[in-house]
Amino acid sequence: MTITRVDRSRLPAPGPDPQFRFPEIVHHTLANGLKVRTVEHPGVPLVTFVMQIDGGLGADSTGREGLAALTADMVDEGTGSLSAIDVSDALARIGAEYDVEVGADATLFALTTLARFAARGATLLSEMLMTPSMHGADFERVRQLRVDRLRQLTDLPPAVAERAFLRLLYPSHPYGHLAIGSVEALRALTREDVVRFHASTFLPSRSTLIAVGALSHADLVAIAEDAFGGWSGEEQGADVPAPAADAVVEMGDSPQLLVVPREGAAQSELRIGHLSARRNTPDYPPLLVMNAILGGQFVSRLNMKLREEKAFTYGVRSGFDWRRGVGPFSVQTSVHTAATAESIADTLKEISDLRGGRPATADELSLAQASLTRGYPRNFETAQQVARSVGQLALFDLPDSYFEQFVPNVNAVTVDDVTRVARTYLDPGRVISLVVGDRNVTEASLSGLGVGELRVLPPTG
Amino acid sequence: MTTAIALPHAKRTLPNGLDVIVHEDRRVPIVAVNLWYHVGSKNERSGRTGFAHLFEHLMFEGSEHYNKGYFFPLQQAGALLNGSTNSDRTNYWEVVPTTSLELALWMESDRMGYLLPALTPERFETQRGVVLNERRQNYENRPYGMALMAISAALYPPDHPYHWLTIGAADDLRAMEFEDVRAFFRAYYHPANASLALAGDINAERAFQLAEGYFGDIPAGEKPTRVRAEASVAREVRLVLEDRVELPRVYMAWHSPAMFAEGDAEADLLADLLANGKTSRLYRTLVYDKRLAVDVSAFQHSRELSSFFLLASTAAPGQSLTEIAAVIDERIQALADEGPTVPEMERGLAQAEAHFMYRLQTVGGFGGKSDQLNAYNVFRGDPDFFGDDLGRYRQATAKSVGATARKYLAFDRRVLLSIVPRGQAAFALPGSEPVSVS
Repeated sequence: MTITRVDRSRLPAPGPDPQFRFPEIVHHTLANGLKVRTVEHPGVPLVTFVMQIDGGLGADSTGREGLAALTADMVDEGTGSLSAIDVSDALARIGAEYDVEVGADATLFALTTLARFAARGATLLSEMLMTPSMHGADFERVRQLRVDRLRQLTDLPPAVAERAFLRLLYPSHPYGHLAIGSVEALRALTREDVVRFHASTFLPSRSTLIAVGALSHADLVAIAEDAFGGWSGEEQGADVPAPAADAVVEMGDSPQLLVVPREGAAQSELRIGHLSARRNTPDYPPLLVMNAILGGQFVSRLNMKLREEKAFTYGVRSGFDWRRGVGPFSVQTSVHTAATAESIADTLKEISDLRGGRPATADELSLAQASLTRGYPRNFETAQQVARSVGQLALFDLPDSYFEQFVPNVNAVTVDDVTRVARTYLDPGRVISLVVGDRNVTEASLSGLGVGELRVLPPTG
Repeated sequence: MTTAIALPHAKRTLPNGLDVIVHEDRRVPIVAVNLWYHVGSKNERSGRTGFAHLFEHLMFEGSEHYNKGYFFPLQQAGALLNGSTNSDRTNYWEVVPTTSLELALWMESDRMGYLLPALTPERFETQRGVVLNERRQNYENRPYGMALMAISAALYPPDHPYHWLTIGAADDLRAMEFEDVRAFFRAYYHPANASLALAGDINAERAFQLAEGYFGDIPAGEKPTRVRAEASVAREVRLVLEDRVELPRVYMAWHSPAMFAEGDAEADLLADLLANGKTSRLYRTLVYDKRLAVDVSAFQHSRELSSFFLLASTAAPGQSLTEIAAVIDERIQALADEGPTVPEMERGLAQAEAHFMYRLQTVGGFGGKSDQLNAYNVFRGDPDFFGDDLGRYRQATAKSVGATARKYLAFDRRVLLSIVPRGQAAFALPGSEPVSVS
């Protein structure tokens, strides 16, 4: 064995980036209209099924906030002759991981199990989704647990902030609430609401099943066909929720400053941002790069300033909450109470600087591009990662070649692109600054910021 | 049906004492670098708690030959990186594209061999401030966030190193001095107290060569003496803590078998059959049938010196902790008397089998294959334990699980903590003493 001792006078240069190939995605459409996507993922003998159904929290109608999530929650509460307990037992017996995610535009049901239980897992998932029992007693219990959960969330600063921030961003828009909804709306919901919502949205024509695992395409398709081929139902005009992505948004035209009081809080939870862009904007790659430079990674301008220079926080992040409709850009952090006003001022300064005062440099650009692209293959290590990624293609109407185009698309971004999208999509003139924290301690310094008249919101946000 | 589930690997120890473990997995062009130091908050002393974790932060601030923040060059190379500290160990990891493996090794070896020249009082001050904010965010400003501090302090005597949490006491963090860094680094951050695992797109021979090249020159240090400490609770301790919460919650904590000791896997299975999922005994009774509680959880917190078994349940609005505790006791008693049922054991084993398989999905990061190999190597002295680890679950029986419940979950040797809304101490279990944590 020849040992070459390390040269510590310089860092080793990385070699050329490995070629990245996304595995083949095979498309099928079952006779009932269900779209099926399969990907072979050999290695660990596991399989993941993701059922993505159009209609997330944005499908909740006014006064029924929380309906989509409550309906999704009822899916594992019994089906056919199986009680809620039986369903839980059946999932445990195949060691399944079952997970529900209610997004803005779609709801995902994910089930992962050992490959040898693939057919059993798919059948179980199909029975749960197609014929949930929706018993009154189960509905009452699940709804009450959600009401209790909302009550608990009033103690959790990040949840209070998220909730209030969404309302401020979308004052009269179906995106303007958390999936869990509100106590008033949950209390008003009935079992019939859930049954109707299920009937109008849980339809093969509105759904995509993604199957990824250590099985062949043919096996995965056969399993999908066996499990979901018998799913029926058609969209009934009046009951179909209008796509939230099409609803009109108000972009805002002046800065706002708000406090949700939390007396004696050790830190202030902050949200700073405004509505910005749709996921399908052609500026998606430059926006990702711009965000990485501003606050999307550890070495971003914001984190270097607020954490590594000033020690105001354990960490700060910025990002786009991508949706089919117009989604927000926001900065999220939790800072020492005494540093509240200065943290907001610093954040707004960094945003302004990136728009022109101190535009991105070539070094910042190349660092952001490298951190987004060079490690890209690690995002597709597990069957779940691959399945959820394929789900994104379906959700946002992206081509199957999207993942392989990602690296060249990001690498094509220029410094001028970054400045341009910062100017187009970020606007300090209409930014909402929200503080969940100690009002008495922070009020004087906040009022001097000049980012809007301070308004106080109720403790529930 | 028994499937062979394995985590194949090769191991060599360099002359300076550094263990190097390699696992090959070519599915994705990435390599996981994972480095453990066998030091954690258990190596701290009273009055200076939180030091091991604060030190971990300093490891990212620069070393002699790269005297700047570690995130810049590694992110430039497309790496994901992080580190963490717990009571028993500190780990650092990078997941890098195969072509940047040498960069990660260069940097890990530089901070192992040459950290001190780069440390300055200014960097120390900044990270002290960051850690104080980490503490505010994850403990002080979070509902129920101080519960584990109160429980640990009650389970372990003041001179036991599990008496405090890894985050440390705020006053201790403020009292720390820059000078303490030097001695800590010399005692714990050297090859003989470390274990390096590489997993992913690399073959073993090449990996050993690279490890020797980058780490071989670092002088061997002295293996630290093992920390030894005993603890027991001889009675039922009842405590109450007021917090900014809406709903009262009761915690029950017991001393339990140390990591990998006899009964440890059984305690893990017990936690599942008591509180994991709707079929579990406590969820079904407390949340599903009687609706006394909004949640219940159970967890065998396996650690090197000794473990604890923790149960927690949050009262539904208007329901009493006393009634919840009575139901829990009744269910535990039944389990101790009769042991688990056949379906419970079947379910528990099916879930254990699947979870071991799930653990083989990622090469790096927290809990990835490289992290697991280091855990076995550091805590057992041998990375070759994945299959035997699963074997512990396969060998568990209704009888051994029942015996573990009987032996460890005793009502007269536990800590009961009620966390209640401020000003509502009356919601606590009767006879609870107020406890203060800060």
